[in-house]
Amino acid sequence: MDFLIQLLVNGISIGFLYGLAAMGFVMIFKSSSVLNFAHGELLAAGAFIFLTLVTWAKLPIFLAFVITLAGTFVLGFVIERLFLRPLIGEPLIYVIMLTVGLASIFKGLMLLIWGGNLYIYPDFLPAHLSIQMGSINIPPVYVISIVIGLLFLTLFGFFFKFSSQGIYMRSVADNQTASLSLGVNVRRVFALSWAIAALVAGMSGIILGIINGINVHDLSSVGLKVFPVVILGGLDSIGGAIVGGLIIGLLETFTGGYLSPSLRDVVPYIVLVFILLVRPYGLFGLVEIERV
Amino acid sequence: MRKLHFHPCGNFREGYEQELTIYETDFGRTAVFLSLVLLFALVPVISGPYVLYVINIIGIASIAAIGLNILVGYTGQISLGHGAFFGVGAYAGAIFATALHVPFWVAVPCAGLVTALIGMIFGIPSVRLKGLYLTIATLAGQFIIEYVLVHWETLTKGTMGIVLPKATLFGISLEGDRAFFYIIFLSLILMTYIAVNIMRTRYGRAFVAIRDNDQAAEGMGIPIFRYKLLAFAISSFYAGFAGAIWAYYMISITTEPFNLGLSVEYLAMVIIGGMGNIAGSIFGATFITVLNEILRWLTDVFMNTGILQGVELSIAPIRELAFGFTIVLFILFEPRGLAEVWRIIRSSFRLWPFSY
Repeated sequence: MDFLIQLLVNGISIGFLYGLAAMGFVMIFKSSSVLNFAHGELLAAGAFIFLTLVTWAKLPIFLAFVITLAGTFVLGFVIERLFLRPLIGEPLIYVIMLTVGLASIFKGLMLLIWGGNLYIYPDFLPAHLSIQMGSINIPPVYVISIVIGLLFLTLFGFFFKFSSQGIYMRSVADNQTASLSLGVNVRRVFALSWAIAALVAGMSGIILGIINGINVHDLSSVGLKVFPVVILGGLDSIGGAIVGGLIIGLLETFTGGYLSPSLRDVVPYIVLVFILLVRPYGLFGLVEIERV
Repeated sequence: MRKLHFHPCGNFREGYEQELTIYETDFGRTAVFLSLVLLFALVPVISGPYVLYVINIIGIASIAAIGLNILVGYTGQISLGHGAFFGVGAYAGAIFATALHVPFWVAVPCAGLVTALIGMIFGIPSVRLKGLYLTIATLAGQFIIEYVLVHWETLTKGTMGIVLPKATLFGISLEGDRAFFYIIFLSLILMTYIAVNIMRTRYGRAFVAIRDNDQAAEGMGIPIFRYKLLAFAISSFYAGFAGAIWAYYMISITTEPFNLGLSVEYLAMVIIGGMGNIAGSIFGATFITVLNEILRWLTDVFMNTGILQGVELSIAPIRELAFGFTIVLFILFEPRGLAEVWRIIRSSFRLWPFSY
């Protein structure tokens, strides 16, 4: 029984992280309908910038956190400006292949700088954040990941619903040409969505790094696990990303706990194929009906 | 003999027959035949074992890249599972050869068919929706196939790998790089011939129509999903065919090489070579394979001469970097790939000195 509840707690916390990671992905898809294959590398970039600031530059944690967020924000901006802006108006296949290329570049760069080793952050989270329920112990990282997950979910919910930038983003995703003609600055929308996506990715990278340690290969493979999450939740739904993340996270921990640890990494993709067969637009995604 | 005629200065086609011609000029036809004769007569004689090995690998990669190009370049569907399908072909070939004792010339096409079937299973999800769903389904396919190859031990012997018997063709034992050179390049020519001609039939034109505008294509009466599935099956067949030849050539295979990196490598070949251009796939395969070999050679030189003593230099990150940069630079500056570069070079020679 305890094992079950512990798995449940682990699954929910990991699920929240997947949801957080997926949120940045959905952000880009929502504003430009681009599948970002470099998302895992963005996660890793955030984790490594934070690592360098904390261990090498020895900055206080809070300052390092703020600088990392600012840094990833700028990184997203630069990526958009350098690589994606020349491709506005080109077929989507080029943009997606470009993100595949970017993923290779970032992975190579990070491997060159930090190598393929496993790093861990110094222990800095206050211990009193952990929650003790009977024999079940929820470590502080998980508490923080859940809090941040909920925080960003509401923040983005309001952002897309009420702020003018959020509404611009939705309009661009819906129809680029029409929103251009209505005076939406499409370039700024792209730049902003990439910047915000990179910021969210960086932050989830840090939390993932606290839980699993920081390793280029591990973190970039999380970027690929985002695909089952967003397909399950619906490619264009922020809330769906969280729900999808939760389901995938639970599924993974339960398969790992009860069936076999090696199956754990494949189960999301098996589910993915079934979702594509049964309900391809996901749980909360927009159902597009197109008739000729 | 007909008179040799050269490129006209513009598009003066008057009928469908002219549109369908493969060689626009007799000069092009002669050049292709001459270079093929040279390839078969000279290359295996003058090149050493290492060079011949690289050329063979280029040939195998070209077959798989042509298959991927039919899907990506002509039908407009991105596949991230081509490396895994290549692996399925290799394992299918190996299992046919060891467990069922099927001769070489049957095992290779059968491996292609098995791969096409498995490819279609992962292509089915794309039937429901258009757009990028096939990409995601193939990504799932990549991971699931990798898992099955490693864990279905009764069939694939897991991480131990399979050792293949020697390939024999009509009683002749195929051994060494030179024998395989002929096999590989004869099949490359055959597969190129098939691919070029598929693209001239209604199927090929339907693929192109789907790529350019799928709504219009459906309006014209093309059943999109059937054709997408067909394109996917053809592309997987090519991957499986190439994989099986590769397995015979390598003699022993393990599950390791067929990872996501290989899939990205094939995509890079198609993009760098030129999407929607069969000859481009061969250019791309050559480029990537040679790039790989050069990078390996460079790291060897750096390691052995001690220029970078103390620096932990491994090939993986540099390869990733070089790969990423070639893909990104080609997309940004020459999205139509090496095939377009080749066309520009040719036409600048032709138009000299009055090109403007």
